[in-house]
Amino acid sequence: MKRGYTLFWLVPFLLVISLYPVVTKSVIARETVFIILMYVSLAASLNIIMGYAGYVSFGHIVYYGIGGYVAFYLMHHVGVRLVPAMLVAGLFSALMALAVGEAVLRLRGAIFAIATIGVNEAIKSLVTNLSFLGGATGMFFNFKIYRAYGGAAKAIWYAYYVMVAVTLITVVVSYFIKTSKFGLGLFSIREDEDAAFVLGVNTKRFKSLAYAFSAFFPGMVGAVFFFKAGNIEPEDAFHLVKSIEMIFMVMLGGYGTASGPVLGALIYERLKGMLLVNPLFKNLHLAIAGFVLLLIVLFAPGGLVGYLRSKFRKLRGVLE
Amino acid sequence: MEAFVSALLNGVLLGLAYGLAAIGLNLIWGVMKVINLSHGAFIALGMFASYFLFHSFGLSPFVSVILVLALGLVVGMVAYFIALHRVISAPELSTLLSTYSLSLIIIGVGTFVFTTNPRAIDVGLGSLHVLGTYIPAAKVLTGVYSLIFTVLLYIFLYKTWTGKAIRAVSMNRVAAEFMGVNTTFILSLSFGIGIALAMVAGALIASVFPFTILSGGVYELKSFVICVLGGLGSPLGALVGGLVLGLLENVLTLKMSVGYVPFIEFLILVVILLVKPSGLLGKE
Amino acid sequence: MILKAEGVSKIFGGLVAVNEVSFEVSEGEIFGVIGPNGAGKTTLFNVISGVYYPEKGRVFFKGKDITKLPAYKRARLGIARTHQIVKPLNELTVLENVMVGACFGKAGANLKRAERIALEVLETVGLSDKAEVLAGSLNVPQKKRLELARALASQPEVILLDEVLAGLNPTEVDEMLKVILDIKAKGITILMIEHLMHAIMKVSDRIMVLDYGRKIAEGTPEEVSKDPKVIEAYLGDPDLALKLVKKEGSA
Repeated sequence: MKRGYTLFWLVPFLLVISLYPVVTKSVIARETVFIILMYVSLAASLNIIMGYAGYVSFGHIVYYGIGGYVAFYLMHHVGVRLVPAMLVAGLFSALMALAVGEAVLRLRGAIFAIATIGVNEAIKSLVTNLSFLGGATGMFFNFKIYRAYGGAAKAIWYAYYVMVAVTLITVVVSYFIKTSKFGLGLFSIREDEDAAFVLGVNTKRFKSLAYAFSAFFPGMVGAVFFFKAGNIEPEDAFHLVKSIEMIFMVMLGGYGTASGPVLGALIYERLKGMLLVNPLFKNLHLAIAGFVLLLIVLFAPGGLVGYLRSKFRKLRGVLE
Repeated sequence: MEAFVSALLNGVLLGLAYGLAAIGLNLIWGVMKVINLSHGAFIALGMFASYFLFHSFGLSPFVSVILVLALGLVVGMVAYFIALHRVISAPELSTLLSTYSLSLIIIGVGTFVFTTNPRAIDVGLGSLHVLGTYIPAAKVLTGVYSLIFTVLLYIFLYKTWTGKAIRAVSMNRVAAEFMGVNTTFILSLSFGIGIALAMVAGALIASVFPFTILSGGVYELKSFVICVLGGLGSPLGALVGGLVLGLLENVLTLKMSVGYVPFIEFLILVVILLVKPSGLLGKE
Repeated sequence: MILKAEGVSKIFGGLVAVNEVSFEVSEGEIFGVIGPNGAGKTTLFNVISGVYYPEKGRVFFKGKDITKLPAYKRARLGIARTHQIVKPLNELTVLENVMVGACFGKAGANLKRAERIALEVLETVGLSDKAEVLAGSLNVPQKKRLELARALASQPEVILLDEVLAGLNPTEVDEMLKVILDIKAKGITILMIEHLMHAIMKVSDRIMVLDYGRKIAEGTPEEVSKDPKVIEAYLGDPDLALKLVKKEGSA
């Protein structure tokens, strides 16, 4: 997989978007961009296991929830600061993925997808019953926690910068995975796992590693999101609809491409934003998302980037 | 003791309804190798169909269920041609996502039209006194109807030409095509039957429990557990899986907090997929 | 002996697909495997390449017991194969397909070197002009050549060819036979399954005949074609017996 020039526009592009709220000092813009960045990171992470290795992790939000809970617990009960708590959360999610993957990655296709839904639902109901995690009502920050960051207002800007960093790292890492030997192995698994195995790919280890990577970043994203939100509850942390949104963004942008999930996330957030403010479409946004998804699956399975790549050969070097 | 008998009875009756809800999912998987992620949405659609037939025309759910069945068949066949026909031979991701889009569309429009306020059908049939315990008559009828529909499906699959063609396609689509079976028709019919059964199950359950447009999701997840328990693709397995789940829910809660039930259900789902993917009844 | 099998059996639910088969292959030779349909030839290849583990018997590669080694490790040791039913990585380019072989096989190349190896190998099998095309869009003969290229790019010591000639027209068969002899000239040991008798008789140094999972004969093409047991095994199809002796058959 030859390395092209995609990062040369993708990173500056993300930086410009990220800097916009900083320059304009607009809180509204910051909230919007925060969500966009979060979507970008989640979609790019899911793409590693789903787009590169071909394993559709339908309950992928579970790693975001796990990360969120681990970090929240550390910050709330132990007094750890955001960045170390976030790193622990990411690692914990990745380790969980290794353990879960050891079992579920033996399953293929739709059965794997169903199993991952099962994992998400099982962990959600487990957390709902664990009183030290606050059960169904979850946990709330004491506002004193934000003092260490110079007050709530500054803490939120702080969370924003951390999210920018996490997103950039996710996109860059996912790009380097795609264009590496490791990535080539993953793609061969996606195309034909048995053939890959006979060609010398250690399929089991490759899948596990890909799954761990794709869980690591959502774990960190969950940590930052719930730090900023100030509370966490099972219904929010393990919301299956968010999983579907991740899949939607990957498909919209182009699964298996590095730039696709970024564009998919951006378009999805804008689309959702537009639909939600329009009184007529406000309650129909799910239906419209469904309709668009159906059109993509039926007529443009390669998503936006896949479509552009097949139409314009010259763009291939910059649209990986 | 009385509590135990009541739990058993409730478990069996609900289990039959769960089984019926899951059987369509299993039929669709068995014949088409498609995991129908719109199953829950269609269950909810069945609930609302029953609700409107009851409130607008005064039809009891136990009468209107025939209309729901017919409606489901038509809607399901149309849905097949819209969402599945084009991708039926594509990788599983495509059908997973196309059926999920259907679900989003149905639930999205449903939320828009019906909102997410809870509704209920009060058939007002009172309760029956069985084995020293009281069971709502609607629940008994739901269980009995579910059993009847399951048996009818069996007779259809094993005794009629079309049923045999469906089974042939599920065993080997290409070979069936060579034998002169119109596979496109059979695939759409199977999807129609699967959807019709989902809607019927929804219609029956609606007479027992209150519901919203989102309620189907719960039964869809239960259906996954049931199908995996009984063996993916096996209609009889769905009945057994449904009974196991119904009993589990009602008997377990005698001993432990209700909150843990979903955890146990999904644990079962994952463990069975890993240990015995062919289900409790399946052969190795 | 580069490859050796000792009393290998593979059973599928009561059906003995390969039954107590032993053989030895020496370095640099072309070892043909023939037999009627269902004789267990492909199953034997699957046991050698690690797709299946045998119920009984052992497999050695350069004196090392590899019976329980997973397929990917055997690929790294230097055993490569092609599939009777081609397995192209459809959404990857032809070049990337071949690079997979170079990266993860014995060559163990990094991406840069893999690309160089892949381009070379594509030249050898005559697919250079298709390098940037998606593998899924090739026709069947091209896909067969891709299979071969992918196996070659791994720079193997032993290569298993499972019916690489099937479905090719006479000109293509001749081209492919030339490629096979080139591979041999590079010192790579070849095991090949083939139904095209005149072709396999022409290129093989030695031939093993399987029937119902058992080895019924082994020797030079000459010896094998005269063996009464072999003639008998093919009696179900008298034409095949004829083809065995006839050198200039048609494809």
